[in-house]
Formats: sequence, structure tokens, C-alpha cells
Amino acid sequence: MPSDTATHALRPRPRIGVRALVAYLIAALTVAPLLWLLVTVFKPGDEVFRPGLPSRLTLDNITYVLTQIPLGRYVLNSAVVSVAVTVVALALHSMAAYALARLRFPGRQLIFSLIISTLLVSLPVILVPLFLVVKQLGLLDSYAGLILPAIFHAFGIFLLRQYYLNIPRELEEAADLDGCGYFRRWWTIVLPLSKPALASLSVLFFLANWNAFLWPLIATQDPNLRMVQVGISTLQGQYVSGWHYVLAATVVAAVPTVVAFLIGQRWLVDAIKTSGLK
Amino acid sequence: MTVVQRQSPGRTARPGDAPRSGPARGSLAGRRRREALAGYAFVAPDLLGLLVFVGLPMALALGVSLYEADGFGGYTFVGLDNFRLMASDDQLWQSLRVTGTYVVAFVPLCFVVSLGLALLVRDHFPGVSGVRAALFAPNVISLVVVGIVWQFLLIDKQGMLSNVLRPVGLGDVSFLGSPGLAMVTYILISVWFFMGYNMLILLGGLKDIPREYTEAAMIDGASSWQRFRHITWPMLRPTSFFVVVNSMVGAVTGLQAFDLVYVLTRGGPANSTSTVVFYIYQQAFGFNHYGYASALTTVVVAFLVVTTGIMFVATRGGRFHAE
Repeated sequence: MPSDTATHALRPRPRIGVRALVAYLIAALTVAPLLWLLVTVFKPGDEVFRPGLPSRLTLDNITYVLTQIPLGRYVLNSAVVSVAVTVVALALHSMAAYALARLRFPGRQLIFSLIISTLLVSLPVILVPLFLVVKQLGLLDSYAGLILPAIFHAFGIFLLRQYYLNIPRELEEAADLDGCGYFRRWWTIVLPLSKPALASLSVLFFLANWNAFLWPLIATQDPNLRMVQVGISTLQGQYVSGWHYVLAATVVAAVPTVVAFLIGQRWLVDAIKTSGLK
Repeated sequence: MTVVQRQSPGRTARPGDAPRSGPARGSLAGRRRREALAGYAFVAPDLLGLLVFVGLPMALALGVSLYEADGFGGYTFVGLDNFRLMASDDQLWQSLRVTGTYVVAFVPLCFVVSLGLALLVRDHFPGVSGVRAALFAPNVISLVVVGIVWQFLLIDKQGMLSNVLRPVGLGDVSFLGSPGLAMVTYILISVWFFMGYNMLILLGGLKDIPREYTEAAMIDGASSWQRFRHITWPMLRPTSFFVVVNSMVGAVTGLQAFDLVYVLTRGGPANSTSTVVFYIYQQAFGFNHYGYASALTTVVVAFLVVTTGIMFVATRGGRFHAE
């Protein structure tokens, strides 16, 4: 076994070699389309198809879509739905995961298996019957119809349960001796301890719901309930020759996801890496 | 009580699990009952939600497929007619071909690209975390935005890509306008979108391979290809398996099969990019053929279960066997 120093010497020293240059080039090419989008929305309308940099920078396109199109309303709808789904889902999943990881009750394994068996079920697979269920419940064209079906997903429960299995039992037992009820035990001890896992999931849930398109597309007809992805997709048909407006709207729709990514990058990466280890 | 004990395997049973008799704690049975009640109460909301919004639709899919629903509340029992209809539905077979082609091209291509990127950014170099973030960046943006942006970049003759490719004589290529090329474009955009996501998962797997193995091989004079072939590749197998299955499921039933198609091509030109999922959507919400759409759904699910099962058996669960 080589000593520490020997191990160290074997590792390639950080330097900008061919590998790094190739990596920079690929990274640049990957983000180029997105950067080009960003440049284009600040171009005057008549320069959209002109290659190269804009003759002047303008906020006209952004101002137009924010004032002449109910884009603000779409953004608001998406914000309400995304935040509601994220908060409620985290609370419910955390409670269920805590019970499944820590509390002993008959049928626990069965319930856990049932939940896990839905892990691979994606929206397109159950789209038609889900639509019929939500229609029967009278939830079409309502915020509830946008929010409720988006809450329940096995992945969050699964991830949190794995996390809770690793929380030392002693921390809970201290609370037990103080005569804490199970709800208080969850609220005052388990929930604060699960901040990293909750942070990962909140970024994931927010992004998934902000970016949701298919369900909002079929669950709502009312233009006042349009979520942002549906909103910008309808512009596609309306502004056939108005690419500068369509693109400005897509930038407005994309900004919150990029911000969420930049803030939550570390947690998001954790959640994605964990998903692959199981 | 015996049930309770059977439900708690070795993991939850602890040495200190003996009945604790405290003056304020009540009997062991009472404690157990309180714990069980709390357990049910905590699981109930999520379980109920999953039953109503996932379980019920899944059960319903099979039931509805035996009916023809007109979308106005009327249902007629038609038995297996919906399934018989499939045989003569040319557009269904076309969409199955599209999804099949997409899976066969996208899954391996995306895996190879993602693995290449993961190996590229595995070791430290200045700015490596920025490079990783850049490669992942497309994945945080919605498929709708992605579709719109690429449509703009690929506009015939005037688009950015046409301008870039004009010097090499490819300025007039219609990337979304001809059937064969539209499919290629759809696949390449999907790879661009997902490669960063798969790269992160593979990076997680690469990080779990003990450094000592590769270092020992280096001392023994193994080439970088030999190190990859005999250490990295076999040890990465479980992660690779996960990535491939995940991509496959996504390619058939994921949002990429709908959102991107809807925005980028609407299934065209000439149905050349109309995936099964997109076709089901059209049948249900374009023509109100809910029964037929449900029947199609059950077929897709069966197809997916069978292929995933075959893969699982063929790769022995993707586990690494020290043979």
C-alpha cells in the first residue's frame, strides 16, 4: 500500500491540459444555444435573424411580453402551484417517510412496497384515466386540479425514508423520555434534522412543477388558470412572425428555473446522485 | 402482536428494545398501539393521495379500455374492440416505429455521451465545477422552452444553425422539415438535454470506485484503456444499469416523448416524430377516444414491463459479479 505522499504524487496535478480545454469547449457549445437566446431577446425586433451581436441592447421585447400579454398572470399561477405543491408534498412525504422508517405498525412493509411499486409510473402513462378521475371529482379548471395530482409521488417518500433510516435513534429517544407525542417528535426533531434532504427535494419539486406542461395543458381551459409553460406554448401559434416576443416570454419563463438551480445546485446534485445509487 | 414483531426485521430491532417500564409510560401494549396509530395517521394522507391519483387511474386504465367513452359522460361497453382496432391502425404502428427508433438511438447514444462527459470531468482541473454546471444547465430549463429555442435556432435558411453551417454548404438543410432529419434532430436535442443529468448520476457512481484500485493498476503499468475496461467499467455496472433503464423508461413514457414533440414538431412532418405517448394524447384529447387511448396505454405499460424485465434478467439486475 503506498503511503499518503506516494498516493498524492500519483494523482495528476491540477493543470490546464488537453482534457480541460476539451471540457471547456464542450461546456461552451452546450450552453451556447441558451446564451444565444439571451442575446437575442435584447436585440431590436428587426435584428432577430441577423447573425452577430445586436446593434443596440433593448428591453422592448421583455417589456412588451410583461405588459401586452398576461404573462405575469401565467407566472403567478405557476408560482402559486409550484410553491403549494412543494410545501404540501414535503410535509406529507416527510410524515409518511418518518412512519415508514421509524414507527412500527402492522402492514408497514406492505404499504412501503405498494408505494415503491408506483415509482416508475409517469404522468403520460396514466394521463387519460387520471384526467377522467379528476374530471369526476369536479377538479378540472381549478387550482386544486392543478395542485393535488402533482403532490403524490413515490420518489420523495423513498428518498426521505432512506434519509431517516440513517438518523441516529438516540436523538428521538431523548424526546421520547420527555413524553413527546409522535407528532411533536416529528415536528421538533425529525423535520429540523432532515433539512438537507428537504432542501434537495424542494429544488427538485419546484423545478418539476414550474416546468410542468402536459398536465396543466389538459387540466385547464380557463386562460386565467394557464400556467407559464402552457402560456408560452400558446404564443408559438399567435406570434408566427413575432419571434422576438415569443423568445422574450421563454426567457421570463426560464429565469426562475435558472435562479432555483443556481441557489440549490448543491442540493439538487445530491438528490440526483442519490437517485442513481439505489 | 406477533404481526408487529414480524414487521420489524433485524434493522429496527435493537438491543435496547426491551420493554421499558416507566411510571408515566403505560403498558408496553399501550405504547405499541399508540405507535401503530401514529404510524397509520402519518402514512394515511400520502397513501390516500397515491391511491386516488395513481392507483385508481392505473386500475381504471384497464377498465376504461373496454369501453368507448365519448367525453361527455357517455360510456358504451365494447369489450375487446379497442384492442382489435389496434391491428388495423396504421398511425399506431407508425408511432410505435417512431418510439422504437427513438429508444434504440437515444438510449445508447445518450449513455455513451454521458459516460464520456462523466469521465472527462471526473478529476479536478481549474473550473471543473463550472464545466459540470454548464453541462447540466439544459436540464433545468423546461422542455417547452427547449423546444421553442431549438425551433428558433433551426428555422429554415434564417436560423442560427443554418448561418453557422452555410460556409460548409449546409445552409439550406431543413432540420425539422424533412421526416428523417426531424427524427435525428429530436434525438440529438434529447441527448443535449439529458446528458448532464446522466453525467451527474454516473459521476456519483465513479466516485464510489475506490481510488486504490486504479492506483494499484497504474503502478502495475495498466494503460488507461485497460484501467477503464477492467476496473471502471465493471464496477460502474450497477450505475450504468440504472442510467440505461431510467433513460429507456423516460424515452418511452417520459415527458420528453410528449412536451418536446408537442412544441418542436407536433409529431410531424408526416407523423415522423409522432411518439406513442403523443399519439395517445391525440386520440384522447384530440378525438375524445378515451377508451381507445386507455387501451393503448395498457399496451405501452405491458411493453415497458416486459422490456425492463428482459433487461433486468439479461443483466442479472445490473449487479457486479466477481466471477
